[in-house]
Amino acid sequence: MKSFLGKRAIASAISLVGLVILVFFLSRLTGDPTDLYLPVDASQEARDNFRRIHGLDQPLMVQFFQYVGDLLRFDFGESIRRSEPAIDAVLRGFTWTLQLAAITMALVTAMAILIGSLAAFHVGGFFDRLATFFSLVGASAPDFWIAIVAIVIFSVNLGWVPTSGTGGWEFWILPVAVLFIRPFGLILQVVRGSMISTLSSAYVKTARAKGLRNRPIIFVHALRNAMLPVITVIGDQAAALLNGAVVVESIFGFPGVGKLMIDSILQRDFSVILAAIMVTAFAIFLMNLLIDILYAVLDPRIRY
Amino acid sequence: MSHLLEVRNLTVDFHTAQGTVHAVRDVSWHLDRGECLAILGESGSGKSVSASAVMNLIDCPPGEIVSGEILFEGEDLLKMPSERRRDLNGRRVAMIFQDPLSHLNPVYTVGFQISEMMTTHGEPKDKARARTLELMKRVGIPDHENKFDQYPHQFSGGQRQRLMIAMALAMKPDILVADEPTTALDVTVQAQILRLLEELQAEYGMGLLLITHDLGVVAEVADRVVVMNAGEIVESGTAQQVYKAPVHPYTKKLIAAVPGEGEMAEPVGQDEPVLKIDNLRKVYGGFTALDDATLTVLPCETVAIVGESGSGKSTLAKTVLRLEDATSGAAYYDGRDLVSLPAKELFELRRHIQMVFQDPTQSLNPRMSVYDIVSEAFAIHPDILPKAKWKARVQELLEQVGLEAAHMSRYPHQFSGGQRQRIAIARALALEPQLIICDEAVSALDVSIQAQVIQLLKRLQKELGLSYLFIAHDLPLVRDFAHRVVVMQGGKIVEQGPVREIFESPREKYTKDLLTASPHPDPEVQAERRKARMELEKTA
Repeated sequence: MKSFLGKRAIASAISLVGLVILVFFLSRLTGDPTDLYLPVDASQEARDNFRRIHGLDQPLMVQFFQYVGDLLRFDFGESIRRSEPAIDAVLRGFTWTLQLAAITMALVTAMAILIGSLAAFHVGGFFDRLATFFSLVGASAPDFWIAIVAIVIFSVNLGWVPTSGTGGWEFWILPVAVLFIRPFGLILQVVRGSMISTLSSAYVKTARAKGLRNRPIIFVHALRNAMLPVITVIGDQAAALLNGAVVVESIFGFPGVGKLMIDSILQRDFSVILAAIMVTAFAIFLMNLLIDILYAVLDPRIRY
Repeated sequence: MSHLLEVRNLTVDFHTAQGTVHAVRDVSWHLDRGECLAILGESGSGKSVSASAVMNLIDCPPGEIVSGEILFEGEDLLKMPSERRRDLNGRRVAMIFQDPLSHLNPVYTVGFQISEMMTTHGEPKDKARARTLELMKRVGIPDHENKFDQYPHQFSGGQRQRLMIAMALAMKPDILVADEPTTALDVTVQAQILRLLEELQAEYGMGLLLITHDLGVVAEVADRVVVMNAGEIVESGTAQQVYKAPVHPYTKKLIAAVPGEGEMAEPVGQDEPVLKIDNLRKVYGGFTALDDATLTVLPCETVAIVGESGSGKSTLAKTVLRLEDATSGAAYYDGRDLVSLPAKELFELRRHIQMVFQDPTQSLNPRMSVYDIVSEAFAIHPDILPKAKWKARVQELLEQVGLEAAHMSRYPHQFSGGQRQRIAIARALALEPQLIICDEAVSALDVSIQAQVIQLLKRLQKELGLSYLFIAHDLPLVRDFAHRVVVMQGGKIVEQGPVREIFESPREKYTKDLLTASPHPDPEVQAERRKARMELEKTA
């Protein structure tokens, strides 16, 4: 287990280094922040001054090694836009995103497993058809469209929930609901498929021959075996949410890391882009690790 | 007086996309306390269907119980409310299955799975635990207290079946249904499990319903036997009656097909060997799978390699064919060492040595037609035959193995198991090899089909002068087919010699163990063997 964790950490560190190099130079391709932050008629002197303050006057390679040197001291640089450490802005946004992702995924997982399992138990029945229909619709509907329609119906017309922003629990309803739909549809399908095959397995036959009731057959004997492919997809979907649900966060004015990232790209706020990418990449690394550990917890045959 | 369990005029259909299949038609049998009834049949005979109906394990749809009654202590199970019926399962009627690895849940401990049988039927947890440990000890799990929290994959095949038996007996059922309980096990383990079942049956006074394809198993344990063919009962009686005086032609055919009764072959004359294996050794990590094997195969000779699982017999085949690299040693074909031959020369040599695998369903590509499968050999070795002649040659090969030219355009799934193995043999013959390695080539087939394939292999040997390295675990089959026998155990060759010598005067204890453990279809002979086995155990 220890050597497995070590190997994983090293592999992830290598990817992270590659990511930093790629994003550092790619973001520089978007242009010079000076053009954005100073008025069009700013003097050359003011421009040089701005560049000097933000270290943009140095050759690109020098800037890069300077940045890497700072990183090694856990200094992620200053945000140009916000005049605060980039990492502060990112962690603030990430906390919001993390909460949103956690609430959404908890609901998605619980609902998809329950409904998917029951649908698999009654394959071809009315409940199964209904669940399959809605999950397919959910998995294929574009979330930006659902978000906007939901705002029109529930916020504008019915006035039940706020259109955007943050505050009490009512502000969470629409973003969570909109983010819920796609992963729910997808995971429900995977649960259903996986459960259909485990429910026809030999050990389920044994369980029936033992005289077990349906509930323990489904939720004790079949489900745990069916979970392996399911948690792979759950991890995948959770990773997408951790990256920041860019579109949904933007539509609902939700101050998450996705919105922060988009804003920073538009604002050429390089240190924030890099910090955001590193934080989310690290979070995804941790989550993949968690999933690998879950595999071993669920299936005693898997040992690292 | 009503029977403990009685099936009356049961008819079960399965509605599939290809139409309705009558799985069993008008089947009746009964089982009493303390007796063992065997349902004997080949694959597709419907032998498991009535037992599945008893256990309520038939999925409806696609299954449909069209008519009949299943009386348990005089009460019809088919009319019973489902909750009461569920409660009978495990408590009054328990079942064990063919493949204990897949029938035990891989993600729960065996202790949990055995005690679950009791907690489901209302026993308190601590009592269930104590009884589980008691049962594990009774069925012969060594160090049972520490094995409670282990998982099925941590046990051997025989131990897994013991655990299944412990689970089935937890509630002291009145009836135990055993569906091919020893088919996946080695012969020596099979003998142990059958004995355990008999002991426990006597101890608990249960009725034992044994479903099997193996006349030897019937001879060993059954009091009465019901023979099924194509969904119908063709014959029934005591095991002795059915074996000694079969009435129905199907039963006669089945008994005639049982191997181990024919003439044993005389050794072939001395000649330069086709294959000479010299101290071949294969080590995986720290595990020696094959330990200095030395043997020869002469022209037109069949050398059988027998042994139980883990004996190294398949490793031997794989290293000779260079599907795996040997750790040390040599295997000379035509004076050239296959183990160290450079890739290019090996490629040319390979056409002279072909292989037929155990399971033709897996060894034939389901998306290739028979023509593609057989002619692929010519595509790989392009200088053998011009493309224009492929079709004629494939036709010739198919006819040689008893198939028709019209079969060329069909796909593997359109054939029966025996026909598929014929296709695999045609593929192996395509390159006109001198040596064919058959790795359990007939083990997956029914007895009557087995006999046909063996006949085919014998005929081809005579016609084409082939040599066979025939890997098998089934001793009676080997007795009828091989010229020479090599017995392997734990990676080592323990004994080798002409077939008569091995079967009539074996020297090594392991060979004797194997021979006495191998069940004979005649209940009388089987009783003798059992006596011999007991004595062998006493002396050990």
